[in-house]
Amino acid sequence: MPELFLELFSEEIPARMQARAAEDLSRLAGEALAPLAPSDIRTFSGPRRIALAATVARGVAETRSSERGPRRNAPEQALAGFLRKHAATPEQLREEGEFFVLDRVVPGIAASDLIAREAPGLLRRFPWPKSMRWGGTSAFAWVRPLRRILCILDGETVPFDLRDGGDDGHGLASGNLTEGHRFLAPGAFSAGSCAEWREALRDKFVIVDAAERRRLIWDGVTRLAAGRGLTVVEDAGLLDEVAGLVEWPVPLLGAIDAAYMDLPAEVLQVSMRVNQRYFALRDSDGNAAPFFAFVANVIATDGGRTIVAGNERVLRARFADARHFWDLDRTVRLEDRVAALDKVTFHAKLGSQGERVQRIVRLAGALAPVVGADTEKAKRAALLSKTDLASGMVAEFPELQGIMGRYYALNDGEDPDVAYAIRDHYAPRGTGDGVPARPVSIAVALADKLDLLAGFFCIDEKPTGSGDPYALRRAALGIIRIVRDNRLRLPLLNRLNEAVEASLEAYRKTLLEPFKDSWLADVVTELTTNLSHPPRRPWEQEADSFWLQHVVRNRIQSSRDIASDLLAFLAERLRIQLRAEGARHDVLAAVLGTGLDDDFVRVLARTDAVAALLGTDTGNSLLTAYRRAANILRIEEKKDGPHDGPIDPALLSLRDERNLARVLDQVEPDIAAAIRDEKYTEAMSGLAALRAPLDGFFEYVTVNDPLPELRRNRLRLLARVRAAMNLAADFSRIDG
Amino acid sequence: MDTNIPLPPGSAAPPSFQDLILRLHAYWSAQGCLILQPYDVEMGAGTFHPATTLRALGSRPWAAAYVQPSRRPSDGRYGENPNRLQHYYQYQVIVKPSPADAQALLLDSYRALGLDPLLHDFRFVEDDWESPTLGAWGLGWEVWCDGMEVGQFTYFQQVGGIATDLPSFEMTYGLERLAMYVQDVENVYDLDFNGHGVTYGDVFLRAEREYSAHNFERADTAMLARHFEDAERECGALLAHRLALPAYDQCIKASHLFNLLDARGVISVTERAAYIGRVRALAKGCCETWLAGEQD
Repeated sequence: MPELFLELFSEEIPARMQARAAEDLSRLAGEALAPLAPSDIRTFSGPRRIALAATVARGVAETRSSERGPRRNAPEQALAGFLRKHAATPEQLREEGEFFVLDRVVPGIAASDLIAREAPGLLRRFPWPKSMRWGGTSAFAWVRPLRRILCILDGETVPFDLRDGGDDGHGLASGNLTEGHRFLAPGAFSAGSCAEWREALRDKFVIVDAAERRRLIWDGVTRLAAGRGLTVVEDAGLLDEVAGLVEWPVPLLGAIDAAYMDLPAEVLQVSMRVNQRYFALRDSDGNAAPFFAFVANVIATDGGRTIVAGNERVLRARFADARHFWDLDRTVRLEDRVAALDKVTFHAKLGSQGERVQRIVRLAGALAPVVGADTEKAKRAALLSKTDLASGMVAEFPELQGIMGRYYALNDGEDPDVAYAIRDHYAPRGTGDGVPARPVSIAVALADKLDLLAGFFCIDEKPTGSGDPYALRRAALGIIRIVRDNRLRLPLLNRLNEAVEASLEAYRKTLLEPFKDSWLADVVTELTTNLSHPPRRPWEQEADSFWLQHVVRNRIQSSRDIASDLLAFLAERLRIQLRAEGARHDVLAAVLGTGLDDDFVRVLARTDAVAALLGTDTGNSLLTAYRRAANILRIEEKKDGPHDGPIDPALLSLRDERNLARVLDQVEPDIAAAIRDEKYTEAMSGLAALRAPLDGFFEYVTVNDPLPELRRNRLRLLARVRAAMNLAADFSRIDG
Repeated sequence: MDTNIPLPPGSAAPPSFQDLILRLHAYWSAQGCLILQPYDVEMGAGTFHPATTLRALGSRPWAAAYVQPSRRPSDGRYGENPNRLQHYYQYQVIVKPSPADAQALLLDSYRALGLDPLLHDFRFVEDDWESPTLGAWGLGWEVWCDGMEVGQFTYFQQVGGIATDLPSFEMTYGLERLAMYVQDVENVYDLDFNGHGVTYGDVFLRAEREYSAHNFERADTAMLARHFEDAERECGALLAHRLALPAYDQCIKASHLFNLLDARGVISVTERAAYIGRVRALAKGCCETWLAGEQD
C-alpha cells in the first residue's frame, strides 16, 4: 500500500496552536481521503511545519450499481424526481419488469488524482484559530505565510496548486521540496518519503516530532541542573510551549545575579516563565537556586557563551523591574491601598472592587464563628484580601495575586493567619489546587466565592452550556471542596441569602447611579434629546420617578429566588462531582431530591448511608417492598386521593398487618431521631427492621380487601411505611 | 535584493546610537525603501505616521523606512528607571505588499547591525499586534535575540477598520533597547550616542525629568480636554471637505491628548473606552477618506 506524505511549511506557527493543528490535519485528511481508507495516520508539528503521513489505497475502483426507479405507469413527476435525484437523463433508463432501472457507473480514481483534487479544499478550510492574508492579492489565508507544500505519494509528487479562478493562490503549488534549520542548514532539499524526510531533517538540525523535542528538552535541562546538584521545577505547560519554539533544542544554563536572590521565589519564577520561557531550578532543600535553564534553537559558533550572556543580561533587566516593584510596593501598607479599590470597577452592574471587599468583610465576619476562625482576623484578612491588586507587582504579573498579598502583609506586620488568608482565599483555583485548611483562610475563601456567585446570579450572568466567563462553576466547586475537605457544618442557604441581599443592594445602587444627583432630570434629558420628545413638565417627571422605581423593582428578582437558584446550582455541581467519583446517580437523585438539603456534609453522609444500605440483600428486599407499596399507593391514590390518615388498630385483623404496624410503631421514632441526630447508619438499620414484616405483609395480606374500612386501613399502613422510608431519602428515585 | 551593505568604518566596535540609525537607513534604503523623516506631530508609535497608517491602505505598492520619536506619557519615570522612557525612538519599516522573503530581509538587517544569527539565538515568538485607537490589527511576532525582544514584526490585516487590500509587512525596532543590547549597556542613559563621548543621558535626561513632571503633575487637564474636543471637531470638519491628511493630523493629536489625560489619571475605566472609541472613529474616517482619494 502506498504512503502519502504531506508537509505544510510556513513561517513560525504560534507554539500554542501547533498540536491542535496536527490533530486538525489528521481529522481533515481522514475525512477528505476517506475513499482511500487512510490508515496508520501519523502527524508531526513544530515551529515551521505541520505534516502528515498515512497509508492509503492505490485508488478507488470503478463501482457499478443499479437503482430501481418508479413503476413504468407512475406519474410523470415521480420519474422526473427520480431523474433529478440521480442527475440522469431518460435515455439512461432501461425497463425491467414493471420498473424503470438506472444503471450507475461511478468511475474509479487513482489515489494521486483524488488527493490532488481534495488537498486544495482541505487547505482552504483549515480551521486555524486566527489566520491571515499576506503578499499579493490572493485570498488564501494561513496562520502565517505558507511557503511550501510537499506532497508525495510513493515517492512521486502529487501535483496540485492553490489557484482558484482569478486568484493566484500566492503561486503555491505542491512539490517535493522542504527546508531544514533556518540558520544551521539553509536552503531547500527534496524528500521522497516520510522516513527520508525525518532523517534528512535530523541531519539538517530539525527534530520533527514534538514529543521527541519535549523529551530532549526535559532530559537536557534536568541533566544540566543535576550537574550543579539542582532540580528543575516541573512545568508541563512551559515544556510544551518551549518545544513549540525550537526546531533543534539546545538546552543551556544561565546564572542569576546574586543581587536578586532575595526576591520572593514566586516572583523569580513567574518573571522567568512569563517573560522569558525559562525553567526555574531548586536546590536540594527546595529553595530557589541562583540558576535558570533555557533552550536555544541554534548550535552557536562560540558554544553558546554569547547566548547565555545575553539571556543573563535580559534576565537582570527583568529582575531589576521586579525589584523596582518589590521595593516600591513595600513602601505602601496594604491597609493604605484599601481606598484605591474604590476606584477599580469590579463589574459595571455590581460597583467597585472596594464595595465588593466590604461585602466579603461582612460575609467573612459572619462565617468566622461557624468555621472556627477569629472574627476580627477574618474581617481583617477580607479587608486586605484584594489590596495587592493595586500593587505594581500584581499589575505586572496578575498570576501573583494573593501571593504578593501575603508577602506584603507579613512585611506590614499583619498576623500570619491574616497573611495566609490573603494568599489562600483564591484557593482552590482549579481541580489540582489545594483547599485552604486554616480557619481564617476558610472564612475568607468562602466569603469571596459566595459573593462572586451571588453577584453574578443577581445580575443574571449565570453560566450557560457554552460559557462561564466569570468562572462561577469553579467558584461553586471551590465552595463544595472547602466544605467537604474541612467537614464544615454550614447551612448554606442562610449564607447565600446574606450574600444575595448584599449583591442586590450593590446592583440597585448601580441601577440608580445615573439618576443620583438630579433624580430624573437626567433621564428626562436623555429621553428628550435622544427621542426628540418635548421637554416634560414637573408632574410628568414625578410620574417617571414612579415608573423608574417600578422598573428597578422588576429588574431585580426576589433575593430568596436567587438564593435558592444558587443553592440548586451548588447542589448540581455537587451531584456532578459525586457522579465523577463513582456515586450512583439514582442514590444522588434520591438524597438530593427530598427537598434541597443545604448542608453538604449531611448530604454526603446520607448518600453514603443509602448507598451502603442498597449494597446489602436486606436493602434490596426492602427496596422491592417499598416499590410494591408505592405502586399500590400510586394506583389507589389515583382513584381516591391520599391515604395519609391515622391507622385504626382495631381494624388490623391479620397477624402480618399487626406485626408490620407494631414494628413500624417501634422503629418510626428511632428513624426520625436518628435522622435528626444525623446518625444515618442507625436510621438505615431502623429501616432494615421493616424488611421482614413488610415481606410477611405482602405475602399474607390482601391490601384491596372487599371491605372498604380494611382496605383503607391497609393503604394507610403502607403510606406510613413509605413516609418512614422517605425520611431518609426519596426511594422512588432508586433504579430497579 | 542586495544585502552586502558595507559597514561604516570602525564597525568592529558596537555601533553608537546614531550609527545604528545610519546602518538601518543604509540597509533599508538598499532594499528599495524610501527613507522618510519623522512626522512632525506627537504620536505614541511609529505606526501612527501617515506613511504607515494611510499608505498601508489601497492597492499601490509602498516601501518606506523612518525614525519616529514616540511618546508614551504614562511610561515616564523622571529619568530614574534604566529602561522606561516617556519619549523614545522607533525605527519603522513598511513594505507593501509584504515580500516573500520578509523574514530573511529582517534577519539581514540584524546582521547589518552586527548581530550574527549563528552566534546569537534569533526567534520569532507569537505576538499579535493590535491598536484599538487606530482600528488596526495584524499577525506576527516579537523578534527575540538571546531572549531579548529586539523588534516587532507584523503583517497588517486591517487599518482604520478597513481590511488591507495588499497586506503590508511592518517592522518596528525599539532603538534604545536594541542599542542597549548591542552596546552591552544596562542603563539607557549610559548609551553611547555618537561614538565620541556623548551619552543618551546627556541628550535626554533633563527632558525625561521635565516631561515626566509635565505628564504626571503639571499638564492642564481642562485645557487638554478642551484641545481634545477641538481636535475631534476639526478632524470631522476637515473630513467633510475630504482633506484626509490634515484631518489625520487632528486624529493623531487627539490620540496624544488622550494619552496625556490618561497619564494625569483623570480618565476613568469607562471613560477610557469611550475616548478610545472616539479616536478610532476619527481614524476610521481619515482612512476611508484617504482611500477614497487614492481610488479617484
